[in-house]
Amino acid sequence: MSRFGELGGKLNRGEVAINFVKRRKLWYLITAVMLVISLGGLLGKGLYMGVEFQGGAVFTTPPTTISVEEARTEAQESSGSDARVQRLGNDSLRITVTGLDSETSNKTREALAGKLGLETEQLDAELVGPSWGEQMTQKALTGMVIFLVLVTVYLSIAFEWRMALAALLALLHDLLITVGVYALVGFEVTPGTVVGVLTILGYSLYDTVVVFDKVNENTSRLGKDTRFTFAELANRGLNATVVRSVNTSIVALLPVAALLFIGAGLLGGGMLKDIALSLFVGLAAGTYSSIMIATPLVVDLKKTDAGAKAHDRRVLTKRAKAAKGQDVDQDDSEETGGATALSDDNPDDSLTDDADEAPAAAGAGGRTGRSQGRGRAAGRRR
Amino acid sequence: MATPRRRRSSTGAQGRPLRPLLLALTLIAVLTGGMFLSGATTPRLGIDLAGGTSITLTAKDQPGKGDAVNEANMKTAASIIDRRVNGLGVSEAEVTTQGDRNIVVNIPRGTNEKQAREQVGTTAELGFRKVLTAGDATPPPGAGAGEQDTDGKKDDKPADDKPADDKADKSDGKNDAEASPSNEPSTQGARAGAVNAKANETPSPSPSPTDGADQGEKDEETPSDQPPAEGGIPADVIKRFEQLDCTTPAARAKANRMVAESDPGETVAACDREGVAKYVLGPIEVPGTDVDGANAGFDPQRAIWVVSMEFSNAGSKKFARVTDEIKSLAPPQNQFAITLDGEVVSAPRVSQRIAGSAEITGSFTQEEAQDLANILKFGALPISFEEANVLTISPTLGGEQLKAGLIAGAIGLALVVAYLLFYYRALGFVAILSLAAMGGFTYVIMSLLGPAIGFALSLPAICGAIVAIGITADSFIVYFERIRDEVRDGRSVRTAIERAWPRARHTILISDVVSFLAAVVLFFAAVGSVQGFAFVLGLTTLLDIVVVFLITKPLTSLMVQRPFFANGHRWSGLDAKRLGAQPPIRGRRRTPVTAEPKEA
Repeated sequence: MSRFGELGGKLNRGEVAINFVKRRKLWYLITAVMLVISLGGLLGKGLYMGVEFQGGAVFTTPPTTISVEEARTEAQESSGSDARVQRLGNDSLRITVTGLDSETSNKTREALAGKLGLETEQLDAELVGPSWGEQMTQKALTGMVIFLVLVTVYLSIAFEWRMALAALLALLHDLLITVGVYALVGFEVTPGTVVGVLTILGYSLYDTVVVFDKVNENTSRLGKDTRFTFAELANRGLNATVVRSVNTSIVALLPVAALLFIGAGLLGGGMLKDIALSLFVGLAAGTYSSIMIATPLVVDLKKTDAGAKAHDRRVLTKRAKAAKGQDVDQDDSEETGGATALSDDNPDDSLTDDADEAPAAAGAGGRTGRSQGRGRAAGRRR
Repeated sequence: MATPRRRRSSTGAQGRPLRPLLLALTLIAVLTGGMFLSGATTPRLGIDLAGGTSITLTAKDQPGKGDAVNEANMKTAASIIDRRVNGLGVSEAEVTTQGDRNIVVNIPRGTNEKQAREQVGTTAELGFRKVLTAGDATPPPGAGAGEQDTDGKKDDKPADDKPADDKADKSDGKNDAEASPSNEPSTQGARAGAVNAKANETPSPSPSPTDGADQGEKDEETPSDQPPAEGGIPADVIKRFEQLDCTTPAARAKANRMVAESDPGETVAACDREGVAKYVLGPIEVPGTDVDGANAGFDPQRAIWVVSMEFSNAGSKKFARVTDEIKSLAPPQNQFAITLDGEVVSAPRVSQRIAGSAEITGSFTQEEAQDLANILKFGALPISFEEANVLTISPTLGGEQLKAGLIAGAIGLALVVAYLLFYYRALGFVAILSLAAMGGFTYVIMSLLGPAIGFALSLPAICGAIVAIGITADSFIVYFERIRDEVRDGRSVRTAIERAWPRARHTILISDVVSFLAAVVLFFAAVGSVQGFAFVLGLTTLLDIVVVFLITKPLTSLMVQRPFFANGHRWSGLDAKRLGAQPPIRGRRRTPVTAEPKEA
């Protein structure tokens, strides 16, 4: 803990600053590549839709000695459709037959039960009509759109429209990545998956909101404080929440991992696993996007804002003047770039030096702040 | 740094951390007490955990009936299905509407699944039949009560508190006994009301554009089935009628099925819907499909509820013929029976020939009138359905799923607890206590919601609860990280805790709103089991706020009064040095701008 804690402290004060914002072009590039791959997978390979979306039946037997092959033959003969048989952890079988109407699936159930020497009703079954999945998908999409609209409105009020837009884009990114992973890996899409994906909406946004809250707090004094550009302030906010973000993600992933483990291991699939799997993928994407995409996007969007632009110009002018006067560092020109060495108000010089030398701080900015000695700590987080 | 300073700094919430804690304790105690009082000490388990069959029916759009799928029709359909399924004698089957076009039928294990499915699936049949003879619900002890209108023998009528009447004249007797509220002499009991031609003076809410009565009278030519002669009841039907027992739901269900499965042209013995009477009925004279519409309305003049119905052209002719035939017969043969699924839902008396539209009067309550109107209008189900999903789970599999869910929850919880302890040290205990409170709240509320709103714990619901562990823990993390940030800025632990709270609170509320929004949307947009998941997610999000405000924050404030925390012991999780804090040089910083989210 302690080391992480210290890192947290440094991040919080901006001694160690990972310049997420400065390198946003890189993140955008990575993101774009991942999105293209996802999209390619989705369009090229398509999703593997589970039986719930095609109509059919899933039968679950009690533990049995019948072989997978026998079960498949029986199921296919009695139904006339393709069957997939899977042996579960406790030696029971899951038999999935797609494209059945309920009449045939009843017959198949009887045949299978007969084969296993069971009463028909002892064979667990889920029979799905062909319109079930369609209905479900439609509902899910409707819900998703309503949610996105509501959230955009809410975030526009709670923060501002730029942040709402950025959050929305980050969210779409998470969804697309998740769906892409499903397409590429070929995971089966089930109602559980839909649940998981819909949950990601809330979860991913939750994470983004926490980061934004901090960024917003940091940048709320824009205009009064002429030492940092908007991008720098945003980056600082981001850095200050990195530890929390990571923590949150770990804590969120732990139970989901447990679900995944139990769902896949003990139950051999089913609802638990399906929800957990999509959540797992989505959460990972969500953590990435709230740090690497959402805030950088806000910074870019903010460039259209006259107030922020003017502010940045003031800051840079002042900085340039100071640099000339003191003939210290030079190359902090890039507008949003000079972020890293935000160590200014540290009265403790040695620490400041540390920060400057920290590899993570190797942004272009250099040591703009340090020697300027405008010692007031106005820029500090509260 | 204990008591004396405490008083000074006790502004706002910090000073009295005990109060919210006590509130939280009271809340838990009250809820737990309520749980034990209500007797529901465990959450009700859903079909997928307890075993059973769950059938989801989806309304089908029918050409020409574009707006048939609406809320009212769905409700009617659900109540009809409910009656059918529970007519099997199992009263635990649960029928609910879900979304705008689904009906979910949950049948617990132990019921005859196959029969139940058949019941749910069949289309009910509505028909009008002549009453040939009527009798009490119970089979007479002796076999001597064969003929139709004889026999002043009095039977005790179970399930009916009205005085025993002469068996054959039951409906009339009822009429006399009831002192009907209407001023119309012919009005009878609800089930055996009177039918009148819809007279002109009737202020019907739905006046049909064409005057059905007149039109019906004009063409009367088509005599279809020959009416069975009065005495022409087949001997076996008489025998069945004598033996017929309509007093128990199970016996009724059996009789109804027999009637429903019989040929429409057959003479049958049928039970009354509420088990007070039984009838021998002629063949179906007018099928339910000939009813064009029906309405329940209040007649202010007579101050009673009436049901008016309209027949189609063909139906009108048939109905006119039937009523003409029976209008002057002796009771009970002047009655006709409206049967639904082989069950007599109403048997009104006729005193005149009726064509086109008719009005049924009787001592209906509003509900009865509307119910009857619905039955007449829709024949059976107002909408046709298809089985969208049928899930059968054995108790064994259900038990396994429950076990797996609980294990997953336990593992997830253990991992989170371990992580919190590792990362936040002693501060982690606050989080664990909060999580425990959260767990307690969730369990108790879920148990209470079982009987209250029919909440059933399903696998997705368990999943939602497990996912919620993360959301809840996150609130602690937000707060704790804030505290640590303050400590890192060189503040004392005590100050840090109070300063961190407003900002953390803001963050927690904003993000919980988002989370709750997601849950609500998910709930309303959900199909099937997704709802359970969304419900639990929403519930836990609300609880999260309760727990953070009433437990986590006060508990933290309380703990900081101990030197262990206040001095930032290295195991406290608030050790300034370990957190990499800066010693506050140059004394206090200037007061920071208050945190107001502001458009920059």
